Amino acid sequence: MEKVLNLTLKVWRQNGPKVKGAFETYKLDGISPDCSFLEMMDILNEKLISEHKEPVAFDHDCREGICGMCSMYINGHPHGPDGEITTCQLHMRNFKDGATITIEPWRSAAFPVIKDLMVDRGAFDKIIQAGGYVSVNTGGVPDGNAIPIPKPAADEAMDAASCIGCGACVAACKNGSAMLFLSAKVSQLALLPQGRVEAAHRAKAMLAKMDELGFGNCTNTGACEAECPKNVSISHIARLNREFISAKFKD
Amino acid sequence: MAKKEDIFDKAKEAVNKAAEVIKDTAEDLVENVQELVEDVKDFIEDDKTKQVVASVKNAGEKIAQTAKESAANVSETIKTTTQRVVADVKNDTKIITRKDAKIPEGPLAEKWSNYKAHQKLVNPANKRRLDVIVVGTGLAGASAAASLAEMGFNVLNFCIQDSPRRAHSIAAQGGINAAKNYPNDGDSVYRLFYDTIKGGDYRAREANVYRLAEVSNNIIDQCVAQGVPFARDYGGLLDNRSFGGAQVSRTFYAKGQTGQQLLLGAYSALSRQVGKGTVKLYVRYEMLDVVVIDGRARGIIARNLVTGKTERFFAHAVVVGTGGYGNAFFLSTNAMTSNGSAAIQMYKKGAYFANPAYAQIHPTCIPVHGDYQSKLTLMSESLRNDGRIWVPKKKEDAEAIRAGKLKPTDLKEEDRDYYLERRYPAFGNLVPRDVASRAAKERCDAGFGVGNTGLAVYLDFSEAINRLGENVVRARYGNLFQMYEKIVDDNPYKTPMMIYPAIHYTMGGIWVDYELQTSVKGLFCIGEANFSDHGANRLGASALMQGLADGYFVLPYTIQNYLADQIQVPRISTDREEFEQAEKAINERIAKIMSIQGKYSVDHIHRELGLVMWDYVGMGRTAEGLKIALEKIQAIRNEFWTNVYVPGKSEGLNVELEKALRLADFIEIGELMARDALLREESCGGHFREEYQTPEGEALRNDEKFSFVSCWKYTGEGSEPELVKEPLDYEFIVRQQRNYKA
Repeated sequence: MEKVLNLTLKVWRQNGPKVKGAFETYKLDGISPDCSFLEMMDILNEKLISEHKEPVAFDHDCREGICGMCSMYINGHPHGPDGEITTCQLHMRNFKDGATITIEPWRSAAFPVIKDLMVDRGAFDKIIQAGGYVSVNTGGVPDGNAIPIPKPAADEAMDAASCIGCGACVAACKNGSAMLFLSAKVSQLALLPQGRVEAAHRAKAMLAKMDELGFGNCTNTGACEAECPKNVSISHIARLNREFISAKFKD
Repeated sequence: MAKKEDIFDKAKEAVNKAAEVIKDTAEDLVENVQELVEDVKDFIEDDKTKQVVASVKNAGEKIAQTAKESAANVSETIKTTTQRVVADVKNDTKIITRKDAKIPEGPLAEKWSNYKAHQKLVNPANKRRLDVIVVGTGLAGASAAASLAEMGFNVLNFCIQDSPRRAHSIAAQGGINAAKNYPNDGDSVYRLFYDTIKGGDYRAREANVYRLAEVSNNIIDQCVAQGVPFARDYGGLLDNRSFGGAQVSRTFYAKGQTGQQLLLGAYSALSRQVGKGTVKLYVRYEMLDVVVIDGRARGIIARNLVTGKTERFFAHAVVVGTGGYGNAFFLSTNAMTSNGSAAIQMYKKGAYFANPAYAQIHPTCIPVHGDYQSKLTLMSESLRNDGRIWVPKKKEDAEAIRAGKLKPTDLKEEDRDYYLERRYPAFGNLVPRDVASRAAKERCDAGFGVGNTGLAVYLDFSEAINRLGENVVRARYGNLFQMYEKIVDDNPYKTPMMIYPAIHYTMGGIWVDYELQTSVKGLFCIGEANFSDHGANRLGASALMQGLADGYFVLPYTIQNYLADQIQVPRISTDREEFEQAEKAINERIAKIMSIQGKYSVDHIHRELGLVMWDYVGMGRTAEGLKIALEKIQAIRNEFWTNVYVPGKSEGLNVELEKALRLADFIEIGELMARDALLREESCGGHFREEYQTPEGEALRNDEKFSFVSCWKYTGEGSEPELVKEPLDYEFIVRQQRNYKA
């Protein structure tokens, strides 16, 4: 067979939100470089189960980089060392034989640990519930082509909308700010005529909610953009600030 | 449900009606001829008498011939119908009639309007007093929960993930169909309906599919209004592309992330209602049973996945939109938590499981590469717009490629076999999924496969890159190419992609009537979880359409017809015996699984099940193989219930326990699939029985014997389920052998 990797894993284990956690070290041998990172975690868990130990709890679902569920802080990077991908798309060929890999949960006051590597990101849903929508009911809307939208605006809105809500931006930010996440939604809807109507209210309501939920503020360090698996640009934060300031002036 | 006497009455009625038609035709004929003869009499002296007599004779013969043909047709129909009815009566098979399925009267295009015009509604003051549980937050669940709440109902919405936005609809890539005809290429509601019925190999219900096509246009409008950033042209209008099984461009898309954008649209509508307090959201909850009181669904038992506690929830009606059961195969394109447990719970409470054998194998997935693999990744069907599928023409080239001695780019054009273009010139690389999957299997089985396992074919973009330039290809499929490169470590701009079929979608599911209500009153089923619209095969970009049609535009109407009668029903306490018993049964089941403490992990047994399913209940099925599958699944069931090992405790978060509960139900589903596939002695759509194929290897349907929906009714633990049939008598469409060649 081809070459395999022998690894040392330092994994954060924590039994609940209020319990103290600690790193546990595991040896894992014979991992194929074509294996995905989460498959490597599956192999670790199978091993733990066979030793009648409790497997590591971690979030994951679609395993193709779109649901935003997986959330591991690997060797100091949200979603690991490779760029533009989520943890589930990270492959073991990015690691060297004999490497030690440190695996932690997202660390942020607004994302309490549920167990091991699993965190509660309910705060993101609450931010969206505060205004991340266009107020239309089902039915009674105009024809899809009734309002032409310039292609550049539609394309930029699409880029903003590609955010998967994984929380890597918050985990990467030294302030634990959710500005990139929030601005992506504000920007997407502000760029489209359908969302324009409520743009001012949206920016204010979502920002107020973010502050309330214990996220930090933005100091333009740009770590969020660098770690975002979907390349969401911090220029959306600039647009959010513009929306917010002009809304405040009108008040 | 029809009784024997009813069936006989129906048959008698049909025969009498046919006899009447024949009699009328004959009478008309006689009358016409007599009239003509009368006319001729007046001209008896005319020169042209001979000519007129000849004409009359000619016309008479023609009419007689037509009458004879119609009579023959009618008698043929009566014969086959009677045969089927007699066979059903002999076997004591229950039949679901049109009336049972609540299909409205009238011409196809008027059924839905008629239904809406005459259905019962609930007034706004009463809506507030009615609770509706919606399980699932995918396209169907989220859109239904949001729409119902907007109307004023009190909604409880459950989701297995940590946020509604993560439901697996998010992973749909390619697009959503609608009959807008914006490109002016000849599309219409009828054509979308027809393509969907034909694509489904004539195994779907006409009335439902027509309604689906009718509301498809509203979906696009709705999504645009929500701020879904669909792809647009330079003029600012919506862009379209084409998908398999259609000759028009009717697919709307948002890059390669259409499912994500549509789901985020529905999620935003849902979030708006959660913010308003009209929807109460329960995340990280898994439904474990439906509670039935006096024959009506009145709530669910769900497990809080964080605390591990089971909880009881009441509602006047329960709507389930929990997706498909493709993970019975272990390896599929489904997400890790996608499961069939809610379906099995409904089935065990009396809902019929319809067409379980109809599973879709998607032709363009990244091939399996190792035994540690946890899931398969789909490469969107949209890639077939510009990619060309091929394998080497010569076996020795295929062998050299497998051994790593030859690269695909080394092969000359004339040494490549573009087998889809060769076999299906009219549709080429855009044939429906079942056809493309089988063709790939055929080539690989014949020894022309590539990749180190020989179980892969090429999807080549070199021609498109030459024609359009790399930038255009990147703009269209950039994210998919990136995904491929990250997984396979190969650059698809330079060397062709390798693909192979994988389980992707299940057309079968819980039986529902025209109102999307199951055979249990007050229990509704929407989206992929139900069986209704795709027949034996789903066309690309139709899953998103169906999920949103059900959730936005169908269920919010039809559920009112049920709820209108429930306004007098007070909220029932969850202390009632039925809730108590349901919860007790679940906790006993959990305790039993925890107590086994056997040798094998859940995944170990699940992998075993998956292999049996893929080998015997996969792309090519035989009677012999299916019988083996049934035996093996029985053995796996025994192994599970005696030898599974679940670590930890039932309290608190325990992922292995969650997986074990789901696997127990996948075993039941696997068995139902095999049983259904064995029953269906024909090939149709995604169901391919190797015994039934044309000389060219195409699926061979048997409309006389199998033009029905096979519904399975639970009859208790360890006893065989009962078959119930819903005949598919097409009123408006003439069935044909599917032909994508010309």
